[in-house]
Amino acid sequence: MEPVLTSGARIGERPRPKKNYLNETKGFKSWALTVDHKRIGIMYLVGTLSAFLLGGIFALLVRLTLLTPQHKLFGLQVTAETYNRFFTLHGAIMVFLFIIPSIPGSLTNFVLPLMLGAKDVAFPRLNLASLYLWIVGAIMAIASMIIGAVDTGWTFYTPYSTTTSGTVTLMTAAVFVLGFSSIFTGLNFVATVHKLRAPGMGWFDMPLFVWGMYSTAVIQVLATPVLGITLVLLMLERVFQIGIFDSRIGGDPVLFQHFFWFYSHPAVYIMILPGMAIISELIPTFSRKTIFGYRAIAYSSVSLALLSFIVWGHHMFVAGQSQLAVVIFSALTFLVAIPSGVKVFNWLTTMYQGNISLETPMLYAISFLMLFAIGGLTGIFLGTLSTDVHLTDTYFVVAHFHYVMMGSTVTAFIGGLHYWWPKMTGRMPSEKWGRIAAVLWFIGFNATFLPQFILGSRGMPRRYYNYLDQFQPLHAFSTVGSWIIGLSLFMTAAYLLASLRKPMDAPDNPWGGTTMEWQTSSPPITHNFEDQPVLEHEPYDYRPKAVTH
Amino acid sequence: MSTTTTDVQSHGGHGEPDNPHHQHHFATMEQQFDTSKLGMWLFLATEILLFGGLFVGFGLMQSRYPREFIEAHEHLKQDVFGRPFPLYGAINTIVLLVSSWTMVMGVNAAQTDQKKKTVRYLVLTILLACVFLGIKYVEYSHKFHDGLLPGMFYAHQSEDLIKGTHGYATFFAFYFMMTGLHGIHVLVGIGLLSWLVVRARRGEFSSEYYTPVDLVGLYWHIVDMIWIYLFPLYYLIS
Repeated sequence: MEPVLTSGARIGERPRPKKNYLNETKGFKSWALTVDHKRIGIMYLVGTLSAFLLGGIFALLVRLTLLTPQHKLFGLQVTAETYNRFFTLHGAIMVFLFIIPSIPGSLTNFVLPLMLGAKDVAFPRLNLASLYLWIVGAIMAIASMIIGAVDTGWTFYTPYSTTTSGTVTLMTAAVFVLGFSSIFTGLNFVATVHKLRAPGMGWFDMPLFVWGMYSTAVIQVLATPVLGITLVLLMLERVFQIGIFDSRIGGDPVLFQHFFWFYSHPAVYIMILPGMAIISELIPTFSRKTIFGYRAIAYSSVSLALLSFIVWGHHMFVAGQSQLAVVIFSALTFLVAIPSGVKVFNWLTTMYQGNISLETPMLYAISFLMLFAIGGLTGIFLGTLSTDVHLTDTYFVVAHFHYVMMGSTVTAFIGGLHYWWPKMTGRMPSEKWGRIAAVLWFIGFNATFLPQFILGSRGMPRRYYNYLDQFQPLHAFSTVGSWIIGLSLFMTAAYLLASLRKPMDAPDNPWGGTTMEWQTSSPPITHNFEDQPVLEHEPYDYRPKAVTH
Repeated sequence: MSTTTTDVQSHGGHGEPDNPHHQHHFATMEQQFDTSKLGMWLFLATEILLFGGLFVGFGLMQSRYPREFIEAHEHLKQDVFGRPFPLYGAINTIVLLVSSWTMVMGVNAAQTDQKKKTVRYLVLTILLACVFLGIKYVEYSHKFHDGLLPGMFYAHQSEDLIKGTHGYATFFAFYFMMTGLHGIHVLVGIGLLSWLVVRARRGEFSSEYYTPVDLVGLYWHIVDMIWIYLFPLYYLIS
């Protein structure tokens, strides 16, 4: 495609340096022992996308099993136990191996130091350790699938998880290790943002992506240890019967839910905030307009991070909390709508009267806005006590969180991947195929999950293997939608990989971005910048410059 | 911690090239020190949250089985002059408090270029940590002998704390989990302190560069502080 050029794009354009971070050193060891945040980011990208593929295959199998009430899969009968394993592996892989580590580990690792004008993250070796912990955790998780099976769902709810014979202990140990990987990544980013900003860059000069990732990192550091100790308690309960979660030996199963959601609700924001962070970059860049309400977006990221810690009880409205507690949790949950609304309002206002161009990343950003609006609004149904009692554990919940986790975060991730792909690889992906895949993604996603809202409101319970015949048309519709998603992702993988075979053709700043990562070459040199960049203008400064015209 | 090791090979030649501990992505040694310290504080926050989950779990179980927990905690006491007194716990509290003091002296000595003194105080801290673990070993052996073990291994044979009653096994499960996790932290601390002793003897620390001593000091204080909370929780409840 023709690179988009705006006023600032050609400024500072220079011949591509011969040595960059990809070719400066060669060989297995130069990657395995690297401390370069860019290489670690690439390795995280390969790892998390592989997990995405594996989790996606399980998702397709779940949908295919539900195509007909006969549960045939390529002519074979799927048992209820097998079905339980399918959705557990889909959920656990997607949450712990893909969504939580993907944007922080891959894209953020790559661009955050560049955006701050830094040479690396604060603790490069800790960054590598985090990657290795992820790999160990992934191997353990996959081993637990091969050795035995986990059929608890990704939430590991007691008392089932303390009594089932599956390899729950190994799986939870894997998640424990993955948790520490996440903590180290978050810790690194917090320290990097605090201490490694370019000279002259104050807190309110940072790109909004950095604000979003900073908020994410704070949650990673503060919430994940609680998950870690909860999983240790679960493992000990299984192995030594310590009597904390299992009511037969004097424990309290609901206590597990409290512990689990004290982490896992903030974890929802570990998943969505990075998506919001990416959108805050895409919208101004492709609207050619200074972002509207910079401070409001920055503060809303932080307030979402804080609110995330005090709403966990809304996962347990029917689990036996006191009436007072559920009312308070419901009211607090509604507060989440405020910063979320602030963000959407500011993104839309940024687009208003902007010079919008519809390149692939922007198509994903616009999809995000629509899908997040649906995901967010249906969240209010679930935060409302009277409707939640009806909707708890139905497909409505499944559709809601897929709109947020997949429709929002994964959409933003793919958009961000296209946005920074030229910077990471030095190559422009095919714009034509990109747009086709983006449209297919949007269609396929809605085809899959809109019917699930209807299914859920009519009483189809989640995680059930059997369903009434009357639900069959909607289940079939949803399954066909999942094939369109699969097709879209397959296309995306194909043309992104195909672009790697081309010679490097990406300019330093293909999209006319204003943040610092576009000031270095594509791909960047090992030390990121030839000279220490100094902040010259606020982020997203798209005002016409009198000097350059 | 990754920040504390030297990185001589990949020197970028920025800032103060004369200091071999200066990592290339920091502009100044001061920035590097501040960043490392911030990283350590964040890590300590995760430690507190990790133990926090156990403290909350203990509190909830205690409110579920208040009588059983009080009866069980009597078994952590020893007979001192005919009266029950948490002798081992009290001694260990004093041992750790003193070790915190020796640690502070060690950091101070490193900051003021006193190599011999640094080594001496660090070694003293290690010795005190070993005393702590030694006493813990004696304490654990008594519990093992009495069958006061966590969960399914609980096998106490006497008229009180009968096996099969909910609460007792849970108390000892938490006792072993929390003091055990703390003990592991003490062990890690001994490892870190030994590594500091080796480096201090090589004369690597000075008023210019004492980050590792400072950071391990912070770690050691948090380990000490957690014990300060564990002691009343387990040994002094009534």
